[in-house]
Amino acid sequence: MLDLEYMWGLLPVLLRYLPLTLQMATIAMLFALVLACLLAVIRVSKVPFLNGLSLLFISFFRGTPLLVQLFLFYYGLPQLFSSLIAITGVAAAVLGLTLHFSAYMAESIRAAIVGIDRSQTEAALSIGMTQSQLMRRIILPQATRVATPTLMNYFIDMIKATSLAFTLGVTELMGATQKEASGSFLYLEAFLLVAVIYWVIVEMLSWGQRRLESYLNKAYQR
Amino acid sequence: MISLQGITKRFGAHTVFQDIDLSLAQGEIIVIIGPSGTGKSTLLRCINFLEKPDAGHLQVGDLNVDTQRASRADILALRRRTAFVFQNYGLFANKTALDNISEGMIVVDKLPKTKAHARAREILERIGLADKADAYPASLSGGQQQRVGIGRAMAANADVILFDEPTSSLDPQWVEEVLSLMKQLAVERQTMIVVTHEMQFAREVADRVVFMDEGGIVEQAPPEELFTAPRDERTRHFLRKILAPMGQSAP
Repeated sequence: MLDLEYMWGLLPVLLRYLPLTLQMATIAMLFALVLACLLAVIRVSKVPFLNGLSLLFISFFRGTPLLVQLFLFYYGLPQLFSSLIAITGVAAAVLGLTLHFSAYMAESIRAAIVGIDRSQTEAALSIGMTQSQLMRRIILPQATRVATPTLMNYFIDMIKATSLAFTLGVTELMGATQKEASGSFLYLEAFLLVAVIYWVIVEMLSWGQRRLESYLNKAYQR
Repeated sequence: MISLQGITKRFGAHTVFQDIDLSLAQGEIIVIIGPSGTGKSTLLRCINFLEKPDAGHLQVGDLNVDTQRASRADILALRRRTAFVFQNYGLFANKTALDNISEGMIVVDKLPKTKAHARAREILERIGLADKADAYPASLSGGQQQRVGIGRAMAANADVILFDEPTSSLDPQWVEEVLSLMKQLAVERQTMIVVTHEMQFAREVADRVVFMDEGGIVEQAPPEELFTAPRDERTRHFLRKILAPMGQSAP
C-alpha cells in the first residue's frame, strides 16, 4: 500500500531542505522576540503616540491571515516601492513571519509583565531604580519565565508556518516535498513523510521546552 | 534631619490628609499609630514619592524638594535618601537573598559587584540570615523574607528607613524576629518612621508616637506620655479600643 522504499529514499533528499526551514524560523523568531518586547513595553508604559501605533500594528497583524500578509509583502509591496522588486521569497517570508508573530507575542509578553506583582515594582522604585533598570533587571527576567511556554508554542507554530513560504516560490521543506511528489505522483508517501519530519522536530522542541521551563523555575521552588 | 511641610494628598475628590507637618532629628525613631484608613501608609509613601503628594515640601538631609516642582532627578535623589520596608516584603522573586540586598548597591550606587556582595554578606550576618545568602524568596519564611526586606533597606544607606506595617502580613510566629531586628536597628540609632499596630513596640522603641486620625496628626508625644495621658478624646478612644483586648493598661 505505502511505498516504504520510496519514502526511505526520499528522506535524505527532503532533509537537505530542513536547514533552510529552521533558519527562516529561527531568524524570524529572534526578530519577532525583539519587536514583541518593544511593543509590549510600549503598551505597558503607555508611551504616547507609540502606544496607539503599537495597537494598530498588533490589530492588523493579528487580524489578517498570514498568507495574505506574505502575498502583500512578496507580490504587493514591490508595486509600491520599485526598490523592493528584488525582494526574495525567503526575505519576504521572514519579514511576514516576524511581523505576524511579533503581534501575538507582544500580547503574551504584555500579559506576563502586567502579571508581576506590583510590590516588586514599588520596591525597585523605592531603592532609586529607574524605570528602565526596573524593566531590565526585575520585570523582564520574570516575565520571560511566565511567557516562555507561550513563546515556545509560537516558535513551534512559526516552524510549521514556514511551510507557507513555498507559495512564494521558496524551496524549503514543504516546497521540496511538493516538487518531489509531483515528479513521482506518490503524494501520500511524500506528504506523510514531510508531516512526520515536522512532527519529530516539534517533539524535539517540546522536550527542549520542558527542560528550559524547569531551569527557569528553579528560583521559584519552595 | 527630615521634615515634611504642608504635605497634602488627595485621591480624586477625597482628601486623604491635608497640611501635614512632621519633622524628626537624625537618630530619632517615630512610630505612627491610628485607625485604619487615616492615611498613615499613604503619608509614608509620599515621603518617598511612591505616591505623589498634591502639595507641600519634603526635606531630607540637605535635599529640599517642592513636591509640585519635583524633577525626575529630585525624585531619584529623594528615594536614595529614604528606604522603604513594605508590608508584603516586595522582594525580587528572581533574585537570591544576597542579590536582593546587593541589587540597589550595584544598580543605584554603582558599587563594584564584589564590594556590594561583601557588604550584602555583612548585612545578612546582621539580620541573622548568613546561611540563606543563596536562597530565593519563595523558599524563605515570611519572617525571613521581611528580614531580607529590612536588609535591603539597610543596604540603601538612607537617611531614614520607612516601615509600612512591617509585621501586618506575617504569621504570628514570625512577628517577634522582625520586631527584634527593628529594635536592634533602634539601638544603633537608625533614624526611622514606623507605621504599625504593634503598641508594645511603640512603647518600647519610639522616641515619639504620632497619632493620626481623620486625615491629620491629632497629637504627638513621647510614648510614656501619649499612652498614659493622651490629651485628645480621639486618641483616648483609639487606645482604649486597641489596648483593652490585649489586657494592657488603658488610659
